[in-house]
Amino acid sequence: METPAYVLEFEKPLRELTKQLDELRQQSIETHIDLAKEIRDIEGKIEATHRDIYSNLSPWQKVQIARHPKRPYALDYVHAICEGFQELHGDRQFKDDQALIGGTAFFNGDAVMIIAQQKGRDPKERIARNFGMAQPEGYRKALRLMKMAEKFNLPVFTFIDTPGAFPGIESEARHVSEAIAVNLREMAMLRTPTISVVVGEGGSGGALGIGVTDRVLIFENSYYSVISPEGCAAILWKDGAKAPLAAEALKVTADSLEKLGVVDEVVAEPAGGAHNDPAQAAAVLKYSLHKHLNDLRALDPEKLLDTRYERYRHLGVFEEAGVVRS
Amino acid sequence: MHFDKPTYTVRKTRKKDIPKGVYTKDPASGEIIFNKEIEDNQMVVPKSGHHFPIGARARIAKLFDEGTFVEAEAGVKSSDPLKFIDSQPYPERLKRYERDSGLPEAVVCGTGKIHGIEVSVAVMDFRFCGGAMGAAAGEKITRAIETAAKKKLPCIIFSASGGARMQEGIYSLMQMAKTSAALGRLAAAKLPYISVLTHPTMGGVTASFATLGDIILAEPGALVGFAGARVIKDTTKQTLPAGFQTAEFLLKHGLIDQIVSRLALRDRLRDLLLAVYVGKKTPVAAAVRN
Repeated sequence: METPAYVLEFEKPLRELTKQLDELRQQSIETHIDLAKEIRDIEGKIEATHRDIYSNLSPWQKVQIARHPKRPYALDYVHAICEGFQELHGDRQFKDDQALIGGTAFFNGDAVMIIAQQKGRDPKERIARNFGMAQPEGYRKALRLMKMAEKFNLPVFTFIDTPGAFPGIESEARHVSEAIAVNLREMAMLRTPTISVVVGEGGSGGALGIGVTDRVLIFENSYYSVISPEGCAAILWKDGAKAPLAAEALKVTADSLEKLGVVDEVVAEPAGGAHNDPAQAAAVLKYSLHKHLNDLRALDPEKLLDTRYERYRHLGVFEEAGVVRS
Repeated sequence: MHFDKPTYTVRKTRKKDIPKGVYTKDPASGEIIFNKEIEDNQMVVPKSGHHFPIGARARIAKLFDEGTFVEAEAGVKSSDPLKFIDSQPYPERLKRYERDSGLPEAVVCGTGKIHGIEVSVAVMDFRFCGGAMGAAAGEKITRAIETAAKKKLPCIIFSASGGARMQEGIYSLMQMAKTSAALGRLAAAKLPYISVLTHPTMGGVTASFATLGDIILAEPGALVGFAGARVIKDTTKQTLPAGFQTAEFLLKHGLIDQIVSRLALRDRLRDLLLAVYVGKKTPVAAAVRN
């Protein structure tokens, strides 16, 4: 087993065991002593520890996995589950945003439009992709491609993975709010099946800007929130270090979101998280996407739009004349 | 700088907190003025034109033809679906917001006539939880939009909000989708939507219905933006230019149609509605023109 380059605090017991395993193997080679039994024991321990850690994750720990630098990113999934991805660049107005990309691809043989928030893997790419924080142009490009999808009758898959839309002077001056708002309105009206998947971070309006879809899927250890737990803690607890409390209170995890009716399906991750076995994670996602796309294709466009409208129309709980409604 | 800390000093000078006979300092000119003088002028300082925030009910009273406003959805109030507790439980906060603002929720909506033209309106009130958008606020705004679509009326929304209602978590975020989807249907019905941005309009409200107007107006000096100044400074280490995220900044960058004084708003809305809704030849327009 490969020793991860990045280890989260709660994953440290695993690193210790992995180190022991490496040492035993080395010892076994160098000394020609049969340590097979010891090695099997450690391997068993590693698996048990994996299961133990990952079946009892706190919301804050899940947020950290969602941000794990080794977690599969949107394009990893696109390449794993689709064929022939052709990136289509630019918003035709100002620039090509590399934090929010898109293009055509084939999914089980059918043409689809891909919209994806993409983070960088190495430092250079991370900067080029602006740490997954899109600017107005990204949202406008996404809309251009979604309109194209509508025109040519392609279903749309969006992959959500962003800490949020980029907060900057230029972004404001080019009206990032309007770019997101227009996407919300237009996605609600798009006459083609749409499915989004939160593959990592679902950071607030920046995530929702490509997330108003017929179905919303989320990986087991992804999160989706109105504000980052750190941001919420800084405002409500006056202390950013209270982020674990905020993550709990905000109900940001996949299982909570499913209970709240905000997501339609939680996509199971392999033991140890998606970064532990990206191929397995992609296979499970592919199966889910296929199933939901088939459901949606059975609906005529009017029914599709009405169902989508109703889906968002009733998200939220309020009281009216003493009765709790949604 | 106006954008540095306008909100909170301004927010405290609300009507019920100011006993009769007390003076207020005008942030624009530094002059000391009678509160009565401001209140009688829709919270606009007569000499300097500085706009203090105005409550939803006070705005409605001046906006519509006398006796024409009919409040709707008054029974819609916030709930606590997440059982959210920070330093205090969310329901306790809600009680305090009600007490402080005298309103059951951060939005007042209904229908009324502006110079004889009937419109469906939603007015946000910053005094209730900083106008933060939760499910109830989102519901009232959505119903105002749906009412416009159903009765074939124009829709006007006055925004005043710090953004999302964090205590309602993801549901708060989903109000952006809910309200925007309703505006999609209104647009499909070719009915006009005029968005009026008032001080302050930030975050999720800006990134949904507030920027979707066919026509977007803003009050002078209003702070309007997506990300807060502190977040932008922390993330980019940039020095923010003077007047950043003010109505004037937005106009200069081509993001809004006009800046309109609150005192001129009623007439301006009429003029715009005559053009995009009433049309030239209808009897209503003729009556209004005369």
